Amino acid sequence: MAFTLYTLIQTAILCTNAIAVLHEERFLSKIGWGVEQGVGGFGDDPGVKAQILNLIRSVRTVMRVPLIIVNSGCIVLLLLFG
Amino acid sequence: MDLPHQGYRASKQRGRTAPSTADSVLFDDTSSAAPAMNSQGYYTPGYNMAGPSNDMQGDAGVNNLFADPMANAAMMYGSSLANQGKDIVNKEIGRFMSVNKLKYFFAVDTRYVLKKLMILMFPYTHQDWEVRYHRDTPLTPRQDVNAPDLYIPTMAFITYILLAGMALGIQKRFSPEVLGLCASTALVWIIIEVLVLLLSLYLMTVHSDLSTFDLIAYSGYKYVGMIFTVLCGLLFGSDGYYVALAWSSCALMFFIVRSLKMKILPSLSSDTMGTGSSAKPQFRLYITMATAVFQPIIIYWLTSHLVR
Repeated sequence: MAFTLYTLIQTAILCTNAIAVLHEERFLSKIGWGVEQGVGGFGDDPGVKAQILNLIRSVRTVMRVPLIIVNSGCIVLLLLFG
Repeated sequence: MDLPHQGYRASKQRGRTAPSTADSVLFDDTSSAAPAMNSQGYYTPGYNMAGPSNDMQGDAGVNNLFADPMANAAMMYGSSLANQGKDIVNKEIGRFMSVNKLKYFFAVDTRYVLKKLMILMFPYTHQDWEVRYHRDTPLTPRQDVNAPDLYIPTMAFITYILLAGMALGIQKRFSPEVLGLCASTALVWIIIEVLVLLLSLYLMTVHSDLSTFDLIAYSGYKYVGMIFTVLCGLLFGSDGYYVALAWSSCALMFFIVRSLKMKILPSLSSDTMGTGSSAKPQFRLYITMATAVFQPIIIYWLTSHLVR
């Protein structure tokens, strides 16, 4: 399995897109992964589920605008250069 | 007759006194001495035509080297540009990662490298795996053999790429693109492993002091095993390859488990009051075990195509 750096970039873009696409109220709340279920106990260690929900929410918040730019750039490049 | 000699000696004296005033920057020497040499340089061609003699020609030749104003100005401009570029690069890099932290990982010496290589290949006799601290900061690799460093992984990575090229060349399958492909494949696997480790450490809320560079260091130690495996495969054929693969896999798994156990697992003692702590030590152990098991898989994956 030969990886080029371009493969890595492509993988990163696809994974980030996949996480950013998970919609909060249409999908995550329906399966019990909404933002209100994230803040569980107030102990010193949140559980794994809380960490995952935090991660999804932060990726969605932070990467929304850069992903728009990067995806548009990818589309233009793929249209031009195949 | 005397004036050129005087001029030459005068400019030399100015060159010698300049360093005492501006000792840190190298280029102040020529900039303070150059105008003097320039003014003397303009005189010497005149005296060359007036009274030709051998040593005058020599003096004029030497003075003309520094007295050419264009070359001098170009040299000064180039050096100031290089300094500016260096400052800009340092500032930009300093925004992403702390250069001081990186310097800590490269503070190694020969004794440390030799001992660490021996531990990587034969970790079973090493007794004390604790990373020693000195007033809350970890000791540099020069003083503590258990500290991770980035010198060995970097050098091992480059050696692995060169060795891969050599192995492919022996089998007459070499082309320059293959070298780049091998390098980027190995680099991507390191990045994947470090990202997966970071993600799992974050999800399990393991509050260890493992930074990204530490994880890169521990991931990079497998290249030493890879080099050893490929060498044995080249020297002793397929049997030697499998024997060396087994040996370096066991040694590397032992090393990783013992090193990461110290860093990941003992942070448990501070939060034993949580109700979920019964599940925690298992997950941390799983992380350590998964990291250890991943090493032989990746060693086999990245080296088997080199030794047919």
